Amino acid sequence: MMQSMLFKKRRTLSLRELLDQRVGCPLADPLICDMCGKCSEACPTQAISVSDRWSVDLGKCLWCGDCLETCEKGALSMAGGCEAAGRRQDLILSAETERSALRLKDETRKVLGRSLAIREVDAGSCNGCEVEVNSLSNPMYDLERFGIRMVASPRHADMLLVTGPVTRNMLPALMKTYAATPEPKLIAALGTCAISGCPFGNSYASGKGVSDVLPVDIFIPGCPPHPRTIIMALLEALGRLQVT
Amino acid sequence: MSEDGLEGIVKELRREIGEDLRHSGPWDRGMQCEVERSHLAGAVGTLIAKHGASMVSMHATDDRQSRGSFALHYLLSFPSKRELLMLSGETDGSFTSLTPQIYHANWYEREVMDMFGLVATGHPDPRPLVLHDGWYKGSHPLRKHIGCDDGLAPERRRYEFNVLKGDGVFEVPVGPVHAGVIEPGHFRFSAAGESILNLEVRLGYVHRGVEKCLEGAPPGRALRMTERISGDNGVAHSLAFCQAYEAGHDVPPRAQYARCILAELERVYNHLGDIAGLALDTAFAVPAADIYALREVMLGLNARITGHRMLWGAVTLGGTRDLLSEADVDDVQGTLMKVGNELRTSVERMRSSPSFMDRVDTTGIVEEKVARDLRVVGPIGRASGQDLDVRRDHPYEAYSKLNFRVPLFREGDVSARMNVRVQEVDESISLVMEALDRMPSGGGSSRPGPPRDGVHVGLVEAPSGELVHIIHTEGGKVVRHKVRDPSFCNWPAIQEAVLGDIVPDFPLINKSFSLSYAGNDL
Repeated sequence: MMQSMLFKKRRTLSLRELLDQRVGCPLADPLICDMCGKCSEACPTQAISVSDRWSVDLGKCLWCGDCLETCEKGALSMAGGCEAAGRRQDLILSAETERSALRLKDETRKVLGRSLAIREVDAGSCNGCEVEVNSLSNPMYDLERFGIRMVASPRHADMLLVTGPVTRNMLPALMKTYAATPEPKLIAALGTCAISGCPFGNSYASGKGVSDVLPVDIFIPGCPPHPRTIIMALLEALGRLQVT
Repeated sequence: MSEDGLEGIVKELRREIGEDLRHSGPWDRGMQCEVERSHLAGAVGTLIAKHGASMVSMHATDDRQSRGSFALHYLLSFPSKRELLMLSGETDGSFTSLTPQIYHANWYEREVMDMFGLVATGHPDPRPLVLHDGWYKGSHPLRKHIGCDDGLAPERRRYEFNVLKGDGVFEVPVGPVHAGVIEPGHFRFSAAGESILNLEVRLGYVHRGVEKCLEGAPPGRALRMTERISGDNGVAHSLAFCQAYEAGHDVPPRAQYARCILAELERVYNHLGDIAGLALDTAFAVPAADIYALREVMLGLNARITGHRMLWGAVTLGGTRDLLSEADVDDVQGTLMKVGNELRTSVERMRSSPSFMDRVDTTGIVEEKVARDLRVVGPIGRASGQDLDVRRDHPYEAYSKLNFRVPLFREGDVSARMNVRVQEVDESISLVMEALDRMPSGGGSSRPGPPRDGVHVGLVEAPSGELVHIIHTEGGKVVRHKVRDPSFCNWPAIQEAVLGDIVPDFPLINKSFSLSYAGNDL
């Protein structure tokens, strides 16, 4: 038994392997798309717009694939790249969009760049995002090798990783957690609910995402976000990696 | 035969209350009865006491526009009968509480009080369940005149915890923001030294207004929303909704098998995570890492065959997406064989460690009687002698054509709950293998029309237990969507399981329950 434990093959994905992993998002090929708008109607969260050109809002997308199913011409595919953004509007993608790099203030990078302590706060998620945040600690993704770790208390944290649309019942707890986190601190909105509130947000019981109540530094898209997207977002924001 | 049984029961009810049994008739899931309001509580009580019925779910509807009153609906199941009985009755401002006789009615009635403002008279614990301090002035969100996006006026009130007082007894408040990456909930312990004398669980932090949002939502949108009610049980929730919405529409045979395969793959990755969590919470790092790696293998497999790591988006109304090409079938078979074998090695390693067994044996016991009274479902119930499994008792999709065993243990401790999950992973793997073998070729999708007016039920065995979706439809539209997650039944049991155990064992017991906060709070 010892032998099987000692001579197990390495399972952790190398940085190269992570970079090569592709996490897609829906994107229309402008050469085929005739802007008929059927995908926009099929989208459960109105993430797709065809008003002047075809675009998708990754802050609202559920990655359900219903748009791909409806497109009769086959113009849609998961050819887009699912990458984090520093500004909300940078999550709206079309075939022509140039990705703008995610970069924090130099001062913040200097202080937090080498090691980052994260406190995760669930503010109304369905627990899908928690599944993927937990996946970050498994032997394949092993977030800690990058000097990034999950801590038990906001008082030890540099960053709050917030999931969920911010429910009315969680709002006081989220604000207290924010107050308990020492400066300088970062806020990351993780997943579609945290970014835009979709699909349950803006109801009598929940808000429209984290940026309504706290200053968000990083928007990490996905429903739930792929562990690869989360790792790349953190490394890029800290200036440890150029993601293009 | 069993149909006669249910009819016999209804006939007996008619003999007892005569004309006050206003209406009874067949229903796509069994029978449907409506009784006069003064007999409602009595009828449910009799059916449970005399005929061994159990309350699968209970909910209210606001029918004031169509019928001038609210209504209560009890969904009852009977031992050894596959049909269900839906017992309904009108009600106004108040109804008789059943909680003093039927313990598992407790949270249902508190939920109705919060969401509809109906008063359960005689309820021993009428405190709010879902709505926290600083909410609502006389507004109850599921009443019809309140819109999904209405901002409701706040009212200050203060929730009083049940607190034990005495020399040396102190309180330990935990949450809602926990130390680990888990969902939010508040636990209030009363402890003497390390021993837990009382635990009160307070939930509702992730209440998003799911049921209200689902009212009137177009079916395509509703399907994607149901996947996100409790993410790790997403396939089960979407299947339960599909079953209710499809109401009798025949799904193509290939899709029936494919849906079973998806549901079992979901069970496998959930159970792997729960078993790994037990190793992690007992600080047994090697098996924890090994089994978490297996879960990652399963998530990767999910992504390869459906494009989504948690299988969302694969189920469609009327079937599934085009899934499981020949190459995918090989992939699933190969991966599952490997996962099954490696899990066996890791579990062997855990069981052969005395320090691990010392932590899990006799820890967090749910007695059989407690499990029966609270109607604990799923793996937690099956670890405490509750032989319930929707796949066998109320077969759906292709389950009636597949062979599987339902593991059952009686010890009710952390170890038994782990054993149930370990054996269920094995069963699920063999189920998937069999389903892959027998899955016919052909199309996997169809287009069901909107369901006819009435009440439709979807009953599914989710990884965490029996899951119910009930929809009321009018003119093809869903006017009320009740969701009853298995965790809603199981949360009260954890308050009993921890008694006499020590506070440091709570995380382990909590992990062995693996309850969904999002599914409970809605």
